Amino acid sequence: MSAVLATETTTEPDVVEPKPEPEAEVTKTDRKEKWFAAINKASKFLDVFALSWVTPLLMMAAGDGVKRNLGLLWQRLGIPIVAILVFLVAWAQLAPQVKTSLGAIPGPVEVWEQYGVLHQDHLQEQAKADAFYQRQEQRNAALIAAGRPDDVSDVGYTGKKTYYQQIWTSLQTVFFGFFLATIIAAPLGIIMGMSPSMNAAFNPLIQIFKPVSPLAWLPIVTMVVSATVATDSGWSKSFLTSAITVTLCSLWPTLINTALGVATVDKDLVNVGKVLKLTPYTKVTKLVLPSALPLIFTGMRLSLGVGWMVLIAAEMLAQNPGLGKFVWDEFQNGSSQSLAKIIVAVLTIGIIGFLLDRVMVALQTMFTFSSTR
Amino acid sequence: MFNIYLSSNSTTRSVLGAVAASSFLFMAACGGSDTTAPTTPETPSATSADAPIVIPMEGLEKTELTFGFIKLTDMAPLAIAYEKGFFEDEGLFVTLEPQANWKVLLDRVIDGELDGAHMLAGQPLAATIGYGTEAHIVTPFSMDLNGNGITVSNDVWAAMKPNIPTMEDGRPVHPIGAEYLKPVVDSYKAEGKPFNMGMVFPVSTHNYELRYWLAAGGIHPGYYSPDDVSGQIQADALLSVTPPPQMPATLEAGTIYGYCVGEPWNQQAVFKGIGVPVITDYEIWKDNPEKVFGINAAFAEENPVTTMAITRALIRAAIWLDENDNANRQEAVDILSRSEYVGADREVIANSMTGTFEYEKGDKRDVPDFNVFFRYNATYPFYSDAVWYLTQMRRWGQIPEGKSDAWYDETARSVYRPDIYLKAARSLVDEGLADEADFPWDSDGYKAPQSEFIDGITFDGRAPNAYLSSLPIGLKDDQTVSNGAVSN
Repeated sequence: MSAVLATETTTEPDVVEPKPEPEAEVTKTDRKEKWFAAINKASKFLDVFALSWVTPLLMMAAGDGVKRNLGLLWQRLGIPIVAILVFLVAWAQLAPQVKTSLGAIPGPVEVWEQYGVLHQDHLQEQAKADAFYQRQEQRNAALIAAGRPDDVSDVGYTGKKTYYQQIWTSLQTVFFGFFLATIIAAPLGIIMGMSPSMNAAFNPLIQIFKPVSPLAWLPIVTMVVSATVATDSGWSKSFLTSAITVTLCSLWPTLINTALGVATVDKDLVNVGKVLKLTPYTKVTKLVLPSALPLIFTGMRLSLGVGWMVLIAAEMLAQNPGLGKFVWDEFQNGSSQSLAKIIVAVLTIGIIGFLLDRVMVALQTMFTFSSTR
Repeated sequence: MFNIYLSSNSTTRSVLGAVAASSFLFMAACGGSDTTAPTTPETPSATSADAPIVIPMEGLEKTELTFGFIKLTDMAPLAIAYEKGFFEDEGLFVTLEPQANWKVLLDRVIDGELDGAHMLAGQPLAATIGYGTEAHIVTPFSMDLNGNGITVSNDVWAAMKPNIPTMEDGRPVHPIGAEYLKPVVDSYKAEGKPFNMGMVFPVSTHNYELRYWLAAGGIHPGYYSPDDVSGQIQADALLSVTPPPQMPATLEAGTIYGYCVGEPWNQQAVFKGIGVPVITDYEIWKDNPEKVFGINAAFAEENPVTTMAITRALIRAAIWLDENDNANRQEAVDILSRSEYVGADREVIANSMTGTFEYEKGDKRDVPDFNVFFRYNATYPFYSDAVWYLTQMRRWGQIPEGKSDAWYDETARSVYRPDIYLKAARSLVDEGLADEADFPWDSDGYKAPQSEFIDGITFDGRAPNAYLSSLPIGLKDDQTVSNGAVSN
């Protein structure tokens, strides 16, 4: 793996940025050239993190043609900002016209206010937690004074989960489910890719189970988890139910892509492996995996996306204290702020989903560079 | 501080217990030192840190507990016991968790995920006799009296209203019987449209109250039978289950034409302008028992001291809720309106919690006893209350065969546990936290015969079969329902 990474940086082709303008080439100093090269290299990573608009700024700072870079900047930063502004204005205009029994659909301002309320809630809850620990400490001191040191308690705060904690729970759940999916799907995919018979055996099953909705899995998972996991095992059942539902739904893209990636390893490479009489283990680690990694990562990226979407539905029904439950509880509350809070959650879900995708793209890009070998 | 707090309180706790344990230690240490723990001016209703610290009793078997509830105002004793520090005074660290619906709640109590829960009075009884999920659930504490209402959609109300006599000021005379609804139901039947109504659970108080009200007005609410648990056999009005918080939305969607539910979901319909409450359960059966606190029988057996401590905390919460003529109700409303408890708007909750009830928009009347949490011995688990629910299960066929009077008594005794209740009450009285006069020390668990029902029929808990025979609609003696017909 490390060898792969090392070669990739040296053979990196310049695909993103056009060549510097011809009339400037005579006067360009070596230093400037170095700058451009560095920016070019950086621009790949900026692209991955959706920061491609930084590149023209850097190019201008380094002395590249202003006009051309301004054009790029407009395309990469200006247009998206204008689009978002248009969306916000349209939202603010149209939302109040939809009347529900909970009041009109809230516009961006109300939603922003509710985010403030949720943040304030978090701060208050922290203060309550501090008071809780203080009381516990005092009670413990009183118990020790009363000669009952065995009854001293050391309990975590029992109050409600705040919005940030719910986000954190959701992230833990999705990653746990995704982790399970990956450790099942990647090895199975490799086996399927290497053996046509295994592929033929598993393929129909995959085709049948792939389109099943999380809502169909959930009752089964709930019953199985309830039956098999002991209540005092330290695992929260709602957490496991949600995570396993995520696993069941997000397994398939990784499985299919891994199988495909492994099956399409260059025939020459496979023949070389045969000539060298590689052991199956060496064959997988040195030959199959490096070639199949880009597709495996593509699959994992799709899996994580699916998992995040599925999670919200799973949490709603399994009552796992994450964002899904937040949405469900607010829907049940039916107060005048509920819709605005739900929209805060919708935007949070969207932004986190986007960030998760970028992280996966970043990982994928790191491995895709080696795909030419 | 932020990060520590996050990590020590998220679900890492249960998942990565060992890792989290160390951060708890750290956290507890932080909480104790004055430099990192500021006082809490911005949380007025939190128990203040300078309140006297009470040393809990000895021998608690379990101190970390999770209780479930459904978003209804009558979960108040749980929220108050938590927020006012009554649980903590007992040395109990309680987490309160809203549940999706009554079935989920009951199942989670049965499999031990929840240590106890706010339950419908019929739930522990039904579970114990094996109707639905079978499990032995007991209740040492009855949570409240009254608190439900029946709401119909605006269209149905418009059709009913011309039949209802009015007072001098033009407002309708209450209580409104189901006989005024009957012509509406008949016209729906004549048009071939099913008249659907919602209630919250097959063994819920709401189901029985709605059925009682309909039957008292001559509308047949339908029978259950062992092979048809829809409860719609021979029904004029078709009742089906909808979780409480979804009632207004379901009514608005036109799936049902009326419902029976606890607060705040009747007042919510008034505020949203989608329906009109026609009657409260106070008028159907004055001071009827509503919710109970249910725990697994095994839990009560294995954790007797903890069970008593829970009961003590809940009794104190109930006293607080009714103290000084409902003086604390406004504060209770503030607490309940938080999103982690009931979460509905403050005004909606206040409408019924503070002694009034709004029927038609603007027609707000005094119902001082709409929510009773402590007075009239509301928290004592009376056997006769259990027997009434059992008679209703029999009346509508959920108990398919006739049972002897002795069976009713035995079943009530195995589920309702006034012994635990009185023990907890006695210790509170001894510590000066409760008043001796507030508890029925000498009761044998049966209330005197009650006749304040909407149809005036007297109920004597000691003679359930005679009571069943006195009800005009419903199964009696050895009648059974099979193939959609009643046979003797």
